[in-house]
Amino acid sequence: MTTDAPILSVSDLFVKRGGVPVLDLPAFSIRKGETVGLIGPNGAGKSTLLLALACLIKRERGRILFHGQVVSTRRETFAYRRRIAVVFQEPLLFDTTVYANVASGLDIRHLDRQEIGERVTRRLDQFGIDHLRNRSARKLSGGEAQRTSLARAFAIDPEIVFLDEPFSSLDPPTREGLLEDLHRILKETGTTAVMATHDRLEALRLSERMAVMRDGEVVQIGPADTIIHHPTDEFVASFVGMETILTGRVSGCGVGTIRVDLGVGELEAVGEARPGEAVRCCIRPENVTLQLPAAREETSARNLFPARVEKIQPLGLFHRVLLDCGFPLTAYVTSQSISDLNLREGAGVQAAFKATAVHVIRHEK
Amino acid sequence: MKMRKGLTWAVGLMAALILMAGFSPAQAAPVKQKNLILATTTSTQDTGLLDYIIPIFEKKTKYFVKTIAVGSGAAMAMGQKGEADALLVHSPAAEKKLVEEGYGVNRRLVMHNDFVILGPASDPAGIKGMKSATEAFKKLAATGSLFMTRADKSGTHAKEMAIWKAAGVNPEGQKWYQQTGLGMGQTLGVAAEKKAYTLSDRGTYLSMKKNLGLDILSEGDAVLLNIYHVIEVNPAKWPKVNAPAAKAFADFMVSKQVQKIIKTFGVDKYGSPLFFPDAGKKVEDLGK
Amino acid sequence: MDMILEGLKQAFYLLVTFDPEVMGITWLSLKISGTATFFSLFFGISVGTVVALTEFPGRRLVVSLINTGMGLPPVVAGLIVTIFLWRNGPLGFLEILYTPTAMIIAQSLIAAPIVTGISLASIQQLPRNLRLQILALGANRLQMVWILIKEARLPLLAAVMAGFGGVISEVGASIMVGGNIKGYSRVLTTATVMETGKGNFEIALALGFILLLLAFIINAVLTQVQQRQRPR
Repeated sequence: MTTDAPILSVSDLFVKRGGVPVLDLPAFSIRKGETVGLIGPNGAGKSTLLLALACLIKRERGRILFHGQVVSTRRETFAYRRRIAVVFQEPLLFDTTVYANVASGLDIRHLDRQEIGERVTRRLDQFGIDHLRNRSARKLSGGEAQRTSLARAFAIDPEIVFLDEPFSSLDPPTREGLLEDLHRILKETGTTAVMATHDRLEALRLSERMAVMRDGEVVQIGPADTIIHHPTDEFVASFVGMETILTGRVSGCGVGTIRVDLGVGELEAVGEARPGEAVRCCIRPENVTLQLPAAREETSARNLFPARVEKIQPLGLFHRVLLDCGFPLTAYVTSQSISDLNLREGAGVQAAFKATAVHVIRHEK
Repeated sequence: MKMRKGLTWAVGLMAALILMAGFSPAQAAPVKQKNLILATTTSTQDTGLLDYIIPIFEKKTKYFVKTIAVGSGAAMAMGQKGEADALLVHSPAAEKKLVEEGYGVNRRLVMHNDFVILGPASDPAGIKGMKSATEAFKKLAATGSLFMTRADKSGTHAKEMAIWKAAGVNPEGQKWYQQTGLGMGQTLGVAAEKKAYTLSDRGTYLSMKKNLGLDILSEGDAVLLNIYHVIEVNPAKWPKVNAPAAKAFADFMVSKQVQKIIKTFGVDKYGSPLFFPDAGKKVEDLGK
Repeated sequence: MDMILEGLKQAFYLLVTFDPEVMGITWLSLKISGTATFFSLFFGISVGTVVALTEFPGRRLVVSLINTGMGLPPVVAGLIVTIFLWRNGPLGFLEILYTPTAMIIAQSLIAAPIVTGISLASIQQLPRNLRLQILALGANRLQMVWILIKEARLPLLAAVMAGFGGVISEVGASIMVGGNIKGYSRVLTTATVMETGKGNFEIALALGFILLLLAFIINAVLTQVQQRQRPR
């Protein structure tokens, strides 16, 4: 359903708060029908960007085009706001019934009773809260409240919906159900969406494209896959879950592979770079396997390092194992492996990872 | 919707109140120049005398009397500022000064009652039956007996200060001399509560006697006379003063009709009159 | 103790016999304080909302002034109004001193900061993003303000109660600007003070009980409205 025509595009967007720049965005555009995930740590400017895109906060400068039309004057802004919707982290429901809440946007637009009734009922149904329609909004669970808030946003048939961490304060099962429903409804209605979240997995579930933010700037934007697998810098790499990031220098080049000298060892990676070039090697902990030091098992891994276990941190199904191979390395290991390998802090072990598991970031491009 | 209903309800209630206020006396008030502001002492109001005679005056003259009952001092300050049209007060020395300075005219004697020195029945200072108020005060000071003063620049307070002066005692700051800052009635209440001595006009005392437990310990001295005059505020000083109304009121107060009422007012309730009519008499002849 | 019983008895008697004077006084109290409360609501909610929603230089000072005004002693309000309304004062030409109108003005002056302060606080305590959410729903400024006021309606009803309670029980200003004129500007509180001065403690108490009863009825009604609004 995605088309190439941008529904919303901004250029030179600059926002200050208390005299301090909090958002600086040279260019950004959203295509009709797509879902864009904004990820980044707290304070990176995700909410600010959302509010600026929704024209809800004052911008120092910046040109916003909606369907190619400038949104600038008070009138244009008002007209624009009537065609979009925003959902916040807190449900921000009005102190009335669920029905009246979902109807509020339509009330504001002075639609006639009958039409309001039909549209509200449709959304209540869609979000699975029709049985709550006469319930007071104050009496809802967190999940129900956020569903109401989403239904209220969708009731006005927005062309774009901006979602500011809508699931952050929900417990995992509730979040799971709502994520699924939201994904379905976004696709059903073809609504364009921009969602801010600090959870990359959440963003991955919903969005075709992702933008990573830091300190008020978008550091990388692109298809979700690219962001996850090919981060362009160290910050993005660590944010998308590459826990080991090593600095080294290219010591040799093969066909599509390079060797990187880490100073305390050498590793092989898939990629291209000039010899002598400084690079960063990023490795996901999921891609590191551990085996007993004595074992000479068959492994296709090109990188094999003797290591000492520094620390073992339980993470539920997995354990995070911090290793010292001369350089620090993090691995995720199942509980089964922990006991099979008899891993303890201070124990010796062998760490292995494939050359393809190493993502190389070149310093200068 | 429920929330809207509640809100409408509250707004409606307020609107209803406003509407009713539309018919309040604020609008129904008599025409402006018909208003007469009478500044008087609390004692005339507290005894109920004014509530009795003013409706008669209003009915007779069609003036609307706004009785502002304050201390004599405040009443005279209102006259001096032209904020009142007529004064009915009992602070002769200050009254004379007001008239001399030209703020008041036509000061006329209306009535008197008298002050009495009150104290607990046990009379620890032993002033019971003393004829001279001055001597009684001296004795109170000498024995350091607790004394309550209104200290509010009222006529009563002025009288009390005059007696202290005559007795050659400066009670200010003495431990046994306590200020209430209240009106006569309330001061009586405090004195009764604390078993203290105090000076009161007879009228207020009589009207409150049943709840007190304070006895008259000294009375009858000429210095204890409490004399009420009516004064018209000088329209030459203050053009906004309603001079005709003030004159009408003053005339009314010294009229035979009112004087007759004063003579019997309170007899049915307290067994003796609260005031003695004095219109046309001379101050010097009073109490004799 | 006897006196209190006697006072209750008197109050009951005055009420059941519809004593015309007491009825008049009660009615006047209600009208004056009700009107003053209405004006203060109009002023207080408008100003409170504007101050809560806008940023301007000196805003802190304004908020401090409002909060100080909440504690404005009624006698001070009365004194100020009196001085302004004196015949020879700046507003003397109005000739409304010692009238119920003057009492309404003084009581409005007393209630306005209370209502303003509570309105300000109740609008401010709404979640910060709520304003953005309302705008995002497509509301214009007027719609937004109206929705915010509706959201704050429970504390705003408290403002009504506090304002009304403050003025109906107030005596200092009423006696000063109204003059406690019989059948004209005498209200429950000033009558109570006067009867106390006269030593008619039973009647004073009776008037006090009627005042309490009145305050109770009004508050009960408003509380009923307020609590009915609360989500079950």
